[in-house]
This record gives sequence, structure tokens and C-alpha cells, in this order.
Amino acid sequence: MTDISQASDVFTAGADALAEARRHQRIQQRRARISAIMRYAILFGVGLVMLYPLIWLVGASFKTNAEIFANPGFIPREPTTEGYVQGWETSTPYTFGRFFWNSFLIILPKTIGTAISCTMVAYGFARFDFPLKKLLFSSVIAILLLPNVVTRIPQYILFRELGWLDSFLPLWVPSAMAGDAFFVFMLVQFLRAIPDDMEQAARVDGCNSWQTLLFVVVPMLAPALISVCLFQFMWTMNDFLGPLIYISSVDKYPVSLALKLSIDTTEAFEWNRILAMSVLTITPALAVFFMAQKYFIEGISAGGIKG
Amino acid sequence: MARLQLRNLEKVYGGAFKAVHGINLDVEEGEFMVLVGPSGCAKSTTLRMIAGLEEITAGEIRIGDRIVNTLEPGKRGIAMVFQNYALYPHMKVRTNLAFGLRIGGASKAEAAKAVEEVAKILEIEPLLDRLPKQLSGGQAQRVALGRALIKKPDVFLFDEPLSNLDAKLRASMRVRITDLHKRLKREGMASTVVYVTHDQTEAMTMGDRICVMKDGHIMQVATPKELYEQPANLFVAGFIGSPEMNVIEGHVDGSDFRTGGQVIPLGEALTGRLTARPERAALGIRPQHLALATGINGALSAQLRGVEFMGHEVYLHALLDGREVTTVASAAEFERMDRSLDTIRLLPEAANMHIFDRDSGRNVSLRAQG
Repeated sequence: MTDISQASDVFTAGADALAEARRHQRIQQRRARISAIMRYAILFGVGLVMLYPLIWLVGASFKTNAEIFANPGFIPREPTTEGYVQGWETSTPYTFGRFFWNSFLIILPKTIGTAISCTMVAYGFARFDFPLKKLLFSSVIAILLLPNVVTRIPQYILFRELGWLDSFLPLWVPSAMAGDAFFVFMLVQFLRAIPDDMEQAARVDGCNSWQTLLFVVVPMLAPALISVCLFQFMWTMNDFLGPLIYISSVDKYPVSLALKLSIDTTEAFEWNRILAMSVLTITPALAVFFMAQKYFIEGISAGGIKG
Repeated sequence: MARLQLRNLEKVYGGAFKAVHGINLDVEEGEFMVLVGPSGCAKSTTLRMIAGLEEITAGEIRIGDRIVNTLEPGKRGIAMVFQNYALYPHMKVRTNLAFGLRIGGASKAEAAKAVEEVAKILEIEPLLDRLPKQLSGGQAQRVALGRALIKKPDVFLFDEPLSNLDAKLRASMRVRITDLHKRLKREGMASTVVYVTHDQTEAMTMGDRICVMKDGHIMQVATPKELYEQPANLFVAGFIGSPEMNVIEGHVDGSDFRTGGQVIPLGEALTGRLTARPERAALGIRPQHLALATGINGALSAQLRGVEFMGHEVYLHALLDGREVTTVASAAEFERMDRSLDTIRLLPEAANMHIFDRDSGRNVSLRAQG
């Protein structure tokens, strides 16, 4: 009899403990949920503050000129595509399509040139020993730290002497000569993290340095190369100063200059056209960014640099 | 098929650190030569110099009748298997195997045929369309082996190819590689091998001959049996064999070896062989040749310090005049032993004793060769 009562005591104690544990677990779950809700609320709030100008831009591009300044909200009262239609026509003899084409003509050779030249230079720095290597690499880093503005005037004079003004050459050539120290540095860092065994295996297999680079190193470097191309694409797309300095004919303007053009030439600014074209201008960069987010992150983390 | 010769091979890093000190080594046609030594003994550097991945500072490397000192690795007629396989991560196994041939100018059809042949030999046919990351360690190692095999090189170079595998797989790969070598040799194909390892079991089981290295010097080149039975110096004596050879310090006195208060009779055969009677000598005897004695006569007494039970045998660690010695007893012998005593009696087998000069490390009691 005693045994039974003892056993039942044990059971009761066990059940109590179980109930207590469950209660504890419930409290913890609730806390975790509240904390998650808080986190998301803050993230959403801050995200909204940062994204608002962009959202407003998109909204405003569908507003009439009168409404843009009258209505601070981003949802247009009377949505219209007038901004897009008229903006596309521009005040020049060319449509905005021409300017997109020009941007493309600048970006494509520049990106390809960057990828090829920076890979070669980074491969050299990361894998070969040659005289003055340290000094040269230090100068790459020094260039990285140098503000772009400092070299603008000497570069301008140089390209003027070469007779390259009002052509795309000043925009292409420096990049095709691995002039973007940032990319060289990024690729060197990425390469340093890749063991060189595969390259040695390639040498034993009979590859020369170029074949090793092409068949073995470049495929392994692909994630970094993709992010180099993406960065170069976005930066070139957004570059305003370069084309402004070197390109003077309107028929060669890229979109970044074309946007400014519509502000300059119109006395009363047609804001909805400008905003509409701004939306179009950022679209390719945004699309590319969202499609290739993964590589961006990989590229940034590999280089150990914040973008 | 080719013979590999190293003549006065030297490697100096940065003009200061001498890694390889003018070594001479001949690897005969079809021979399986193992380079073994502790880490930092320059065995890998030597291999990389043969491969052409490391420049040589002085000396000469000859493969067949060609001096290859300045030739690119791809032109030396070698193939190499790396420690971490070094498969090209973006290529399928098939392409990995064919890559060397294609670079060498072979047509697609030739390469494909060779891939099939090699895949069959190594039983990797089902893996041909996988990427290296989809392979297990053992499979990757076989593919790496295949990549070397497909080139039909004059000399195969292996750089610690099994160290990334677990013990069981290592043992089976060991057998596989030696079998493959025998098969190639039988079929009259190129099969000269230089194999680097730090694992003496690998060295002893795989090598036709073993080259023991230390600090960029060759300590001894001999067959596994000879290395074990006739170590040329204290280093080889200590490096080869497990547990390590016992080294008892003392001096030779007539036909005896005296250490502390104890006397070990050397026997006529051994004293007759002595090429020198060093003042500071050491007697070397393997634990397997140091028997547990039941009687008193001629036995050394030592204080038992520890016992390691290995299953089929037992390692007994004891102190002989303050110096640690190890002996191996069979499990049955250990059972019979009177374990209540602290002192054990040890009887060294005279036929398997070695006398070393402690200053030069040289074995002064080597048997005449032949």
C-alpha cells in the first residue's frame, strides 16, 4: 500500500515537473515570437525610411507635373504615363533609346576590358614573383586610396593630347588597362584564398601560364569575376562625371548625361519626365542587382571590402 | 620507361636557407622508390624539384637520357598525384582525366578512348560524369591517380597521396597502388615511381627501395628489409620500426658492451664485424629482439614502468640504468609473467644488436653486403 502511494507521489511530482517544463517552454516561445516581431518591425521601419525616396520616385513618375509638388504621398491621384511618353521623346533629335544604346556601348567594352585586364594583373600579383612586385602592389593600393578627382585633370590633358576627346576611348581604355585598382585588389584577395595546387596540377598536365589562367584559374575565379562585372556595370551606368568631361556631342550621351540634359534645356522643368526617365535609368542596374545579389555578396566578402 | 637520376641536387631558399644538400639518388626503371622522413626533411621539396614545380639551385635531374633541369613540368614526362588530389573543381571527372592529353594535343576521340581505358583499370567508370565535389575522398584519390596514369608518363610522382584518407581506406589504397604498379610493370608500361610519405608503414609496405631523408640529407637508401635489419645510422634505426629501436648508451669493452653497472655480451660475430670501437657508443636493439627472460644468466634487469596492451601483443616500458627501453611480449607471454615484481629481466638477441658511434651516428657493426 505504501509502495503504491509512494509511486503515485512520484507520478504526481513527475506530472508537475512536466507541466512546469511545458509552461516554461511556452513562455520562451512567446518571448521568441515577440522578439521576432520587434525585429521585423524595426527592420521594416528603417527599410521604409531608406526606400521611401525610391518609392516616391516611382510614384511621382506617374503623376502630373502639378501633382508632384502638391501631393507628398506616393500614390498618384490621376496616374498618367505622360511623363514616360514625353520623356522618352526628349527635347533633342534623339529618343531616350539612343542614350540607352550609348550607355550600353560604353558599358559593354568597359566591363569586358575590366574583367580581362584585372584578371591578368591580379593573377600576376597573386601567383608570380617578379622584380619590384611589392612596390608595384603598394602603388595599386595607393591608387585605391587616391581620390578619383585628383587624376581628372592630368587624365583629361593626356586624352586631349591623344585626340580622344568626344569619343568613348577615355572611358574604355583605362579600364581595359586594369586601371580600376579596386577590382585588381579584389581579385588578388580572391585568388590568394584559392590554393594553387590546381594550377600546379595544370602545369604538370602541360599547361603554360596562359592556359593555366584560362582553363583553371578563370573558372575558379568565376564568382569574383561576375561580381567585378556587376560592380563595373553599375558604376559605369551611374557614372556621370566621366561622360560629362569627355563627351561633348549629344548623340554620344549616355543616360546619366541625358537626364541632366532635360534639366538644362527646359526652362520650366518637366519634373514628371525627368522622374520617369530616372526610373527607366535605374531599372537595368536594379534588375541586375537583384538577379545577381548572391555574387555581389560573394565578391564583397571575398575581397573583405565593403561595397 | 625511364630511369631517374639526381646528381648533387641542391635547393637554397632566398640565398640563405639550404633545404636540400646536394643529394644523389638513382631510381631504376620500373622501381618504386619511397622518400620518407620527418616533416621538414625536404622530401616534398625534392619531389617538387623533380616535377619542375620548384627550381633547383644546383645539380642535375636526369629522366631517361635527358637532363630536365630547366624543362617545364609538362615537358618532363612526369605525372604527379597531389596530397589533396588537386582535381579541377569545375570539370567533370571525364574532363579532368582528359585534360592533360587534350593540352598535349590529343584529339577528342583519342582522349575519350584513353579515359575509358583508365576508368576501367581504376573502376571509376560510374564516376565519369560527376564533378569532383560529388566524390568521396577515396574516389577523388582514384581519379587523381587516373589523371596521372592516363598520361603514360616516364615517372610517376606521388606527394603524400594517402594522408587525407582515413586509416581503413589508406590501407586499401596502399594495396591498390602497389598492385597497379606491379600490373604496369608486368605489362611493360612506364612504372618508375617516386612516392613521398611521412608514414613508415606506407614506406615499408610499398617501396621496392626506401630513401630515408633528414634535414635535406639522404640518410640511407635501401630495401625495406635492409633498412629494418641494417640501419646505417642512429636516425634510420630510430625512424624505421615500431615501437622505436632501443638505444642504450655505453661503451664497447672487449667483447662486451658496458652500460652503467650492466654488461651485455656482444658475441664473436658482432665484435668481429665492428669497423670501429667508438669511445662513446650506443647499442641498438629492437624491442622485438629484447626478449623477456626467465633466468638470470646474461639477462639485464630493468624496472618496469608501464604496460601498453595492444591486443595480440604487449609493449612493456622499463628503465634500464635510468634510460627508457621498450620490449614487446606476446599476450601469452605477458599472461605468464610474474606481474607482482617491479623488475623484469631482458635478454637481448646478440644476432640483432647494432653498435653505433654516438658522435657520428654511424652504425659500426654493419654486415658485409651481398
